[in-house]
Amino acid sequence: MTSQNTQPELLSGGAMLIRALADEGVEYVYGYPGGAVLHIYDAMFQQHQVKHVLVRHEQAATHMADAYARASGKAGVVLVTSGPGATNAVTGIATAYMDSIPMVVICGQVMSHLIGDDAFQETDMLGISRPIVKHNMSVRRPEDIPYLVKKAFYIAQSGRPGPVVLDIPKDMTIPSQKFPYEYPKDIKLRSYNPNAKGHPGQIKKALATLLAAKRPVLYAGGGVILGRASDELTVLARKLNLPVTNTLMGLGAYPASDPQFIGMLGMHGSYEANQVMHNADVIFAVGARFDDRVTNATKKFCPDATIIHIDIDPASISKTINAHIPIVGLVKPVLQEMLHQLEKNKGELDQDALSQWWQQIQQWREVHGGRYDTSPSHLKPQAVIEAVHRHTKGDAYVTSDVGQHQMFAAQYYKFDKPNRWINSGGLGTMGFGLPAAMGVKLHYPEAEVVCVTGEGSIQMNIQELSTCKQYGLAVKIINLNNGYLGMVKQWQDMNYDSRYSSSYMDSLPDFVKLAEAYGHVGIRVTKAEELEPALERAFALKDKLVFLDIHVDPTEHVYPMQIPGGAMNDMFLSKTERT
Amino acid sequence: MRHILSVLLENESGALARVVGLFAQRGYNIDSLTVAATEDPTISRLTLVTRGDDQVIEQITKQLHKLIEVVKLADLSESAHIERELMMVKVKTTAEQREEVKRCADIFRGQIIDITASTYTIQVVGTSEKLEAFIQALNGTQILETVRSGVSGISRGERTLSL
Repeated sequence: MTSQNTQPELLSGGAMLIRALADEGVEYVYGYPGGAVLHIYDAMFQQHQVKHVLVRHEQAATHMADAYARASGKAGVVLVTSGPGATNAVTGIATAYMDSIPMVVICGQVMSHLIGDDAFQETDMLGISRPIVKHNMSVRRPEDIPYLVKKAFYIAQSGRPGPVVLDIPKDMTIPSQKFPYEYPKDIKLRSYNPNAKGHPGQIKKALATLLAAKRPVLYAGGGVILGRASDELTVLARKLNLPVTNTLMGLGAYPASDPQFIGMLGMHGSYEANQVMHNADVIFAVGARFDDRVTNATKKFCPDATIIHIDIDPASISKTINAHIPIVGLVKPVLQEMLHQLEKNKGELDQDALSQWWQQIQQWREVHGGRYDTSPSHLKPQAVIEAVHRHTKGDAYVTSDVGQHQMFAAQYYKFDKPNRWINSGGLGTMGFGLPAAMGVKLHYPEAEVVCVTGEGSIQMNIQELSTCKQYGLAVKIINLNNGYLGMVKQWQDMNYDSRYSSSYMDSLPDFVKLAEAYGHVGIRVTKAEELEPALERAFALKDKLVFLDIHVDPTEHVYPMQIPGGAMNDMFLSKTERT
Repeated sequence: MRHILSVLLENESGALARVVGLFAQRGYNIDSLTVAATEDPTISRLTLVTRGDDQVIEQITKQLHKLIEVVKLADLSESAHIERELMMVKVKTTAEQREEVKRCADIFRGQIIDITASTYTIQVVGTSEKLEAFIQALNGTQILETVRSGVSGISRGERTLSL
């Protein structure tokens, strides 16, 4: 008996795929069936470990998987058919790629013998996805499926994470062709060794530089969130008395309510964060990549700063801004080593210089301080975000779409925990917010999940309200409706004499009726005094998706805003003030 | 600055496309590119000539390293190395030119590898500069076709790029 039990089970390619996902610990797969993946869907039907979520458009499947990964740290899984199924997934794959999100995308493909013949629903998905994936592979022999699935997860989740596409021709999954199934325990690739701990000598040098700094700043990005290193970062920042700024991707890496937090930096960063960066003598960049939305003009970037840069991806170091002390390594072990060395180090901080620096920072804080016009005549989008923060006790998962509402959410929802702020930072994908909220809600049904969106973005994946109904996903949608593509309009106001070329939508649907048509609750808010009762009602409806269509001031702009071509600290502070 | 990058990569379909795609996508130059399997059939060696300042070359090597199938790479131009390129030139030769073309090929240590009544096909091996000099030297002869292999290179001395 025993020897029989150790015999590997015989499974078809499709069944092996699903079993491998189960063995990888995958709970949900997001996808849409079609011809090339029918064998796989049939195998899915015949088991209960891996559950399938049927979206209404493949882009939404990728964003759901992506957001699940952002919230949980584990790779999200997508299953789509060949041709249009695969190409519809492309935007979501690119979104994940730009933000280094682990994701495994399984695409059907036409039968092997038809590849290259322009067969029905054939597209070269390996070619199409190549520039927007960490890696992609195709299955040539069904018996390779378990190994390739393991390899896909390994590559997606290790080092600098990213999406991996696995292309599976239909004849690799034929139900009658069975092979012995064994899932590899681990995997080693001679060409890929992602786990760098950071050079101890470089870490020592970095620590000495930080201890001697007079005007230091800690600039922390998405790498801290992906690397699960918020605790180490927070301890180190406090020990070294560093002011901390987070990037758009790094919000929550350091608690926003902490007195050492100086806000987000960059294009719509806080006045104080951008001033601190520009005037710093030491910039300690952790898991951040000196993106163009952070640095403003690179030639004018932080002229006095010695730059320490920790990143797992050597290609991110000295790409746009030269690093004086580069440290290639995973953020967590590097920070742990730094804390360890700090314990032993007898070096003293320059307390006088730091106290002067903090005084200066305090003065900068008072210059702008996140102020906005609070006159009661108009409902301000910033005020809505602050109210949402209050109603959710600052503890919600907040997803966003792309535009002004995204920046308002980033600025005014003060994130104290990592993995709570979920937005498309790198690619800037409109349509991300709703499916992202769905992906989070599915895995954390007890958590409050809020999608901050605008009337432009929400319509890019509004069909997913139907998926929400099917799976009972009670997310709260905060639609900051200003009747314009707000960020486009802001740029047109500032640079094109308010010529609103195609940024106005004069045929918006009745969002309340639309939500109701999908079986949800819709609430419209048009006056400031309606906001509080509406939010109260929405968050009390625990089991309902509530679509709050909130009509906000259409003339509002996002400030501060860096002046293009300037230094970090060249900013517009309002429609009439600039530095 | 001209650099010769020598890259060992998994001999898998799509690996070459990834390298070429990277150069196109990120706006790097490729002057020449050669690729073939090594003595280990699972590994290909790719030799690529590119141009750029130090920062660009650093980015190119880092980005190449990031490709999962790239096993190892070296910038041959950083140290002593040998480079060779093979060229075949088909020229139209009139009766009175034939002797001169033959002499010219000899000077460049080229070989005539095919002839017809009206053409010579000459093979020359050397650095890219030498091949260009040979083309210059053929001045006055009608070149029908040139075929160049692209640069291959290897480090001098005991230094190797191998697994």
